[in-house]
Amino acid sequence: MKIEKYANPTRFLALQEKMQPWLTGSAAFIIAIGLYLGLVVAPPDYQQGETVRIMFIHVPSAWNAMMVYTLMAVSSIIAIVFRHPLADMAAKAAAPFGAVFAFLALATGSLWGKPMWGTWWVWDARLTSTFVLFLLYLGYIAVWQAIEEPRRAAAIARIVAIVGFINVPIIKFSVDWWNSLHQGESIFRAGGPSIYPTILWPLLVMGLGYTLMFFALEFSALRSEVLARRIRQMEIAEAQGS
Amino acid sequence: MKLVADNLACERGGRNVFTGLDFAVEAGGLLLLRGPNGAGKTSLLRLIAGFAEPAAGTVKLEGGHADLTLGQHCHLVQHQDAVKSALTVEENLSFWAGFLGGGDIEAAVAALALDRLRTTSAAYLSAGQRRRLSLSRLALVPRPVWLLDEPSVGLDAASLERLKGLIRDQLAGGGLVVASTHVEIGVPATAEIDLGAIGRQAA
Amino acid sequence: MTVLAALVRRDLTLALRQGTGAGTALGFFLTVLVLIPLGIGPDQALLQRIAPGALWIALLLSVLLSSDRIFQADFEDGSLELMTMGPAAMEIVVTMKGLAHWLTTGLPLAIAAPLLGFLLNLDAALIGPLVLAMGLGSVALSLLASLGAAVTVGIRRGGLLVSLIILPLYVPVVIFGVAASSGIGGVNIAGPSLMILAAIALVALVTVPFAAAAALRAYMH
Repeated sequence: MKIEKYANPTRFLALQEKMQPWLTGSAAFIIAIGLYLGLVVAPPDYQQGETVRIMFIHVPSAWNAMMVYTLMAVSSIIAIVFRHPLADMAAKAAAPFGAVFAFLALATGSLWGKPMWGTWWVWDARLTSTFVLFLLYLGYIAVWQAIEEPRRAAAIARIVAIVGFINVPIIKFSVDWWNSLHQGESIFRAGGPSIYPTILWPLLVMGLGYTLMFFALEFSALRSEVLARRIRQMEIAEAQGS
Repeated sequence: MKLVADNLACERGGRNVFTGLDFAVEAGGLLLLRGPNGAGKTSLLRLIAGFAEPAAGTVKLEGGHADLTLGQHCHLVQHQDAVKSALTVEENLSFWAGFLGGGDIEAAVAALALDRLRTTSAAYLSAGQRRRLSLSRLALVPRPVWLLDEPSVGLDAASLERLKGLIRDQLAGGGLVVASTHVEIGVPATAEIDLGAIGRQAA
Repeated sequence: MTVLAALVRRDLTLALRQGTGAGTALGFFLTVLVLIPLGIGPDQALLQRIAPGALWIALLLSVLLSSDRIFQADFEDGSLELMTMGPAAMEIVVTMKGLAHWLTTGLPLAIAAPLLGFLLNLDAALIGPLVLAMGLGSVALSLLASLGAAVTVGIRRGGLLVSLIILPLYVPVVIFGVAASSGIGGVNIAGPSLMILAAIALVALVTVPFAAAAALRAYMH
């Protein structure tokens, strides 16, 4: 795999320096286009009016929240199987972003829900599973914070990420089922209004923009992780006087 | 049977404890580890026992069972004594005998003179007596490699003599012993490693 | 086989002699149970409606928080490390220790819980289904709790972290556990729910030992 060429942290730093401006720039550019399409070009919904535009933040956030967790789980598997030096760091760096995406999805969903359903929160399947996903992120981040020794923290974090990932479909399924038992408590049309192209395109563009933004942030955060690890090694070496 | 280390390096807490360590101990051989605290004696013993992967190099037991790990050929005696206070001396031994696949409780009791304490709850044992219980594991189940980390700590003179006897018997029977200790075993060491200097002298 | 029997026998003996297992967990369970009507109000009809769910929540909290014992003592006195040098694979050791814990804490609590349901005015007809569902569900609860114990064995005050990591994984167990002990809308969903609980237990049985053994190895390094 060509990616292995960039496994070496030093090579990664070089790659990151070259790519960062492009990533950040293209993310900003695509998001700008998406916002224009979503806020200006797309028409207001006949039912919800302007508030439907929250969807252009809400849906891409939710997509990315799922995507980032998948990335973390895959990185953890790569860390175990291939002992790739960057894999643990990539997962660790990604987690806060994933948590923010999940939180954004919940918050914007709540803001959208108030005018639409008249309530800030409802325990429907999607909200509940996203809430649980948010908790999974918090748990993963907490592991890195609770364990001092980086290698041990990495070993435990991998396990937590993978077990959590196995559980995400199970949780989704069980919450769906639970929600279908309790239907009738509130009116929620999943996905909102049916998707017209004028709505679909901004959504896709924003989705792409958010993903690019994540990778831009991730590359930068990964760089910080690599450098932080180097600083730690240097401090240890200095303390040992070697 | 031969315990062989090749360019072994150990890493702990982000720093290299030792690097480039080579040794070979044959059956009946005693390897003594020397060095100041923190030099890596305990780390090396734990590495051989299999609790950690070497940072570099390998350590292998040549002539052992192919389907067992290196650790499964060893007894390890370290600072913690692995004694359960809620069980009696005999129950402690009986557990390890069962768990390690079969052992001789009588031999273990006799080896460190625990006969009087057989039915005593481990909670009432003194520190030295707990140590003896922990060490009696060596006589409980036969294993080819013994890894001993400061085994003499807390032992009275009589028990120390018994321990030395156990070690001499193990060596005479073709077993290997790797020990970090300041006490004279009474058997010439096959090799000594000063992990502080990472130097090595053959006896 | 005697290898594993020796381990289970020892763990059962320790649990029974030290007595901090089922007793304390039961005490915790009762405490949680008491707080519920205090927080919600003594309205008997309301309590009856929430009783199955409340019992499940009290049960899972009790199982989770009593589980740090599983590996803690052996980790601290060096026994766990010596166990890796035994003939049994660590994954099986973990499973056996989890089994012993389930027998001494998880299962007794699961059976006691429905019997204590009268404190929440539990509909007597539900006691049987609850015993069955909780007995089955306690397998998954105990297994996942042992995973939490392994993941936090070397962390001081790991209780909050354990909860944060494991409680989300309890979501499916609670959902199907409650469904298995109640019939909603006249449809009998108990049967399928029980089967799904069994499935979750089986999935946990297969995955938790590997994850827990890996976590313990990380702490022994």
